[in-house]
Amino acid sequence: MTTALPRKGKRAAVPSGRTLISPSQLRTGGGKTVYVIVFVCTFVLFTLAFLFPLYWAVTGAMKSPAELAATPATIVPREWHPESFTEAWDQMDLGKYFLNTVVVAGGAWLVQLAVDVPAAFALSKLRPKFGNVVLGLMLVTLMLPAAALLVPTYVTVTDLPLLHLNLINSPAAIWLPAAANAFNIYLLKRFFDQIPDELVEAARLDGAGPVRTLWKVILPISRPILAVVSILTIVAAWKDFIWPLLVFPDTGKQTLSVMLQRVAIDMPLNLLVAGMVLASVPMIVLFLVFQRQILAGLTAGSIKG
Amino acid sequence: MSSPRSGNVLDWPAVTPRASRPPASAAERRRARLKRRLRENLTAYTLLCAALVVFAMFSWYPIVRGVLLSFQQVDFVNPPTWVGFDNFVRLFADPLFGVAWRNTLLFTGFALVFGFLVPFLAAVLLNELHHARAYFRLAVYLPVMLPPVVTALMWKWFYDPGPGLFNSALNSVGLPGLQWLDSSTTAMLSLVFVSTWANMGSTTLIYLAALQTIPGELYEAAELDGAGMWRRLRHVTFPQTRFVLLVLLLLQIVATMQVFTEPYVMTGGGPDDSTVTVLLLLYRYAFVYNDFGSASAMSLLLFVALGVFSAMYVRLTRRADD
Repeated sequence: MTTALPRKGKRAAVPSGRTLISPSQLRTGGGKTVYVIVFVCTFVLFTLAFLFPLYWAVTGAMKSPAELAATPATIVPREWHPESFTEAWDQMDLGKYFLNTVVVAGGAWLVQLAVDVPAAFALSKLRPKFGNVVLGLMLVTLMLPAAALLVPTYVTVTDLPLLHLNLINSPAAIWLPAAANAFNIYLLKRFFDQIPDELVEAARLDGAGPVRTLWKVILPISRPILAVVSILTIVAAWKDFIWPLLVFPDTGKQTLSVMLQRVAIDMPLNLLVAGMVLASVPMIVLFLVFQRQILAGLTAGSIKG
Repeated sequence: MSSPRSGNVLDWPAVTPRASRPPASAAERRRARLKRRLRENLTAYTLLCAALVVFAMFSWYPIVRGVLLSFQQVDFVNPPTWVGFDNFVRLFADPLFGVAWRNTLLFTGFALVFGFLVPFLAAVLLNELHHARAYFRLAVYLPVMLPPVVTALMWKWFYDPGPGLFNSALNSVGLPGLQWLDSSTTAMLSLVFVSTWANMGSTTLIYLAALQTIPGELYEAAELDGAGMWRRLRHVTFPQTRFVLLVLLLLQIVATMQVFTEPYVMTGGGPDDSTVTVLLLLYRYAFVYNDFGSASAMSLLLFVALGVFSAMYVRLTRRADD
């Protein structure tokens, strides 16, 4: 059983770039005018819809509480208070919550790679007996709405079967369930499948064992897919809310999202908005740096439960 | 087995070159082959074992556990007792149960109207614009990168009827402000706007990628046949992207039926229970009333409701793979 969105060709099949509107139409005087008008409208609309709210949040954080409460709102702050950010940092103890979130997201990323990469390699290149059954059982979990598993998974982490450990308030409560990620295994396996078996065979004749082959031969040429999977897992862990909300009842252990939601009611608005801006900065930076990988991961098939 | 490193499970199965092998009896050959296969499988399963453990513990076992819990009463003090369909009966007796399903279907319906059409039109538009492409892609996807809690809290502040961004903007052009989250008629729709804004980036870019794979010749041929722009859109663009549209439609139905963060953070289910969703009620049953049995029964119902769409999705994508 496989689940895949239609595979895109390596390159868009439109080298000519010909789309709905014909180039000849665009070249006419009228066509050009319409194009410019539509372009400017789209540009303004996109900027207003997607960037202006972010501007509003950043400047809002720097307004005085009095100005924030005044009607009508001001587009440019009358007085600038950049110290809101340092104040928010101290008031909310943001350093601690950043660290918590980094531990949760970083650990989730490491555990997922450590668990899912060897598994995908084994399924793709070693092809054990019942490998297809195992893969099928893993992919079936993609069909389940994540929410339907919330309660039983919560019950499971409070008392692990056989081990009788309680993972509540421990980052492992995030890391371990995150590693049971069929989508990662599916993406990795699909990539490994395209690596010619001859390479594995050659490594084997050179006397490298499977683990060394994975480490020295497969992983170096799998950098693109490892980057995609890494980015996807880190972003997902950073954005997650409902699961960390459940497994971190201890306020000192919570992630940024859970903490922000908890203090939202009593925090002065300018500080709350400053905290929200700070909590989003790492994701925005990540996006600007790894845009290519993020968009590749998106079109590789966005199976989200 | 004459490999010097044959003691380690993580080794390749030893292969002795055919020429040096003494002619062996059929039985011996079979045994050797069996041994080799066994070792190969051992190696593979050693690499697989961590994945098998986490899947068993956090995916497969909870699936079974969830079904069992639906028919049990658990309080974490006494051992669970079997209660048959009592949990389901309790759910159906709760007046909020019907309200939650109705609200969720309403949310999904609205979210599809906006979240399905707007991204498609945006993608068609962006595909025609040959300038500032990178900027448009960046802009539309930025909201996707924000943590959902930040988005929800931010929009809650925008919706503030007094100094909030939206009413300030409406008032500045002479329009009266709206109640947004404070009125049971507009609260759910307000949540749909947030969710659409936050998620349309992914959908738009997936459609855009699909549009870019349509061969230009198709448009040229349609044009030669005298098809105008709208007919080209209807008879070329739409059929060519039908598959992606359908797949994302199914994914969006499944995702929007599980809406939780927006109502939890922005309205807490109010005003007048107008934004209580299935997942919010499920959360209350489990973590407010500590009634894990009823919460599991609700999960099971949610799974049954969404199973149809998931199954369709899997069938579709499977066909595409073959």
